[in-house]
Amino acid sequence: MKRWLPLGIFAVLAVLLGIGLGLDPRKVPSPLIGKPMPAFELSRLDNPESTVSDADLRGTVSILNVWGTWCAECRVEHDALLRLARTGEARIVGLNWKDDRDKARQWLRDLGNPYAVTAVDADGRVAIDWGVYGAPETFIMDAEGIVRYKHIGALTDELVSREILPLIKRLKSGA
Amino acid sequence: MLIVVHASWGGLEAYEFKDAAEEARFKALIVELRCLVCQNQSLLDSDAELADDLRRETYNLMKSGRDDAQIIQFLVDRYGDFVRYRPPLNAATALIWFGPLAVFLLGGFWVYRTVRRQQPAPSMSEDQEKRAARLLDEDAG
Repeated sequence: MKRWLPLGIFAVLAVLLGIGLGLDPRKVPSPLIGKPMPAFELSRLDNPESTVSDADLRGTVSILNVWGTWCAECRVEHDALLRLARTGEARIVGLNWKDDRDKARQWLRDLGNPYAVTAVDADGRVAIDWGVYGAPETFIMDAEGIVRYKHIGALTDELVSREILPLIKRLKSGA
Repeated sequence: MLIVVHASWGGLEAYEFKDAAEEARFKALIVELRCLVCQNQSLLDSDAELADDLRRETYNLMKSGRDDAQIIQFLVDRYGDFVRYRPPLNAATALIWFGPLAVFLLGGFWVYRTVRRQQPAPSMSEDQEKRAARLLDEDAG
């Protein structure tokens, strides 16, 4: 019995370290989950004269997607985002983070525009309120504007069908 | 993911302080706060753009008269406890705080048990003890 103890300790360590290997240290849990979304008011990408605010995200299940043309992963997720937009399940608002307005417009012209509207956060001040630290980041809010979900990193079709669409359906049915 | 490394940030020269105490306070604050992009660097050390934004935010909060606890709370509300290098004591962090002590106590207990279990040296009878003393005396003589 006793001679198996080192092997047992080794096995426990191996399992714990194995789990550790699978964790992504960049995935920091957001303290915003379950809380009302931070208020903001920013100019629109397509029309600097008018504004986008948190009010544009209320009243329905909505998605806030943080992106920038300097962000390679944002290009990776763009097609998945377009397909998500095409399902019409949720209103997607873009937050163009610390970017150049002309480049951002060009990006949407070239790659397609998944956003109902895009807000321009040139100095990153609003992104701080949302706890953004690495684009792309995606938040999902219920109709009352409570943050229900956050994904850090590129969206994939697999993630959309496995997590995001089911969550949107749940939130819509009021569960 | 955003990993922007550019020429080292200009240091604290970019900020104006009314006196050395305020500068020291600012430094102490940003050393306590983690840059979430680089994770193993504090806001003081990091060159990342986000660290720059968070430094400016910290500076502005300080200048607007908030105390240290309020400033740290401001960032914790947005980025979570992870933004602090010294995590607060709560259910989620109890293992971090007490884990090492628990491992130490467990190890100590194990050593104690092992030592106690070892057979004591066999005791000698009176005759044997006298003989041993004699032998030792002869040896010394």
